[in-house]
Amino acid sequence: MRPRIALVDYGAGNLRSVAKALERSELQPVVTGDPAVVRDADGVLLPGVGAFRDAVAALEESGLADAIRQATDRGRPYLGICFGLQLLFDEGEEHGTTPGLGRLAGRVTRFPEKDAAGEPLRIPHIGWNEVRFEGDHPMLAGLPASDVYYFVHSYRPEPLDPDIIVGRADYGGPFAAAVAKDNVFAVQFHPEKSQSAGKRLLDAYRAWIGESR
Amino acid sequence: MTLLKRIIPCLDVDQGRVVKGVRYIDHVDAGDPVEVARRYDEQEADEITFLDITASHEERDILLDVVARTAESIFMPLTVGGGVRSLDDIRDLLNAGADKVSIMTATIRDPDLVCEAAAKIGSANLVVAIDAKRVSAEGEPDRWEVFTHGGRQATGIDAVGWAARMAEAGAGEILLTSMDRDGTKSGYDLAMLRAVADRVPIPVIASGGGGSSADLASALDEGPEGGHCQAALAASIFHFRETTVGEVKRDLLALGIPVRQPVGSR
Repeated sequence: MRPRIALVDYGAGNLRSVAKALERSELQPVVTGDPAVVRDADGVLLPGVGAFRDAVAALEESGLADAIRQATDRGRPYLGICFGLQLLFDEGEEHGTTPGLGRLAGRVTRFPEKDAAGEPLRIPHIGWNEVRFEGDHPMLAGLPASDVYYFVHSYRPEPLDPDIIVGRADYGGPFAAAVAKDNVFAVQFHPEKSQSAGKRLLDAYRAWIGESR
Repeated sequence: MTLLKRIIPCLDVDQGRVVKGVRYIDHVDAGDPVEVARRYDEQEADEITFLDITASHEERDILLDVVARTAESIFMPLTVGGGVRSLDDIRDLLNAGADKVSIMTATIRDPDLVCEAAAKIGSANLVVAIDAKRVSAEGEPDRWEVFTHGGRQATGIDAVGWAARMAEAGAGEILLTSMDRDGTKSGYDLAMLRAVADRVPIPVIASGGGGSSADLASALDEGPEGGHCQAALAASIFHFRETTVGEVKRDLLALGIPVRQPVGSR
């Protein structure tokens, strides 16, 4: 049977393209706002929609935040995409400082207006950029050393512990494009919009879930 | 490596059918936007844009259905523009599965719409489209004016200043079309692209006049004579010529423009 992935729906947008991408990688998406379903799934995917403050509030109020914490405490492979990465951190600075879910130490901050050489940096960071993977997380076993993915964001994570950074991209200097700690793996880019590279990443997610079951 | 330049095929859609650029796509239902989008996805275009030119707003559901079916069929970013009048229109398109929404005339009637939309849905999904024509005479300093209604209606608004104001209001990208060059395949208006791209702190998508790989390369070139844009929109080059996104990308790489490696060469 295909592994069931709880695709967490907190009412912030269209999840069909993520669901279709999971199906393409032979995973069974279950779009759900029900904490019980999230707790019992084989994997949990928090997708990239919404604004930081609204998303955290919606997740906390609905009980989904606790369900995500419980599922990850029980070792279920968690994949975060875009906001699903950002929300894991201690706090975000979009529209003022907002506490996140606090699963990873660090902040989510806006790209600087100038790059290291003092040249203006266009924000948002929109388009295809290379991510170089390094580290020893089980997801990485199924990924190439580097791949090119689609990004669309103005904020990016600044982890306190550099060891959780497993993928780096360059935009005005290197930034954390993928982070991982135990059974949490999260990416700033959009695998569901990244054609064959995105499929490779979701195939690696399926393989990791297979090992974890 | 850093951020790559994007190549974006654009389809004109009227009442749910592709109305321009059907010659190139063979062996598929050439009028079906879903099939055409799927073909560009296979070619690994960097994004795709639908421009809805349906005259009547009452037929909006047809577009929303096309967007929903397309979003389910492709694994690439989809931008939809045309006839977007309000925050509700933007939300409807995003909920149907569009990744970005492009707004134009409504921003001129109601400049606060961009501000409001950026606050509610974020800048990253919000593209402001600007149609502009050169209005300076020979020998005068360059000046371009914003036009609406397919280039028929002048607004008196300076295009470069307008782009800066829209970026300030919260636009995530500017889609800049030269109405002098649109459909001519005579090359982009590089001076206009450069003037806007150098003025705004957000990405700029070049549009209007792209007739060859060399034209796209010029629009994306960061050199003193280039267009300084981050992406190039093109319709006729893909639709009417015997070329593919992959071939154009090979040309661009040979010309030193950083784009994604074409399919099959990775």
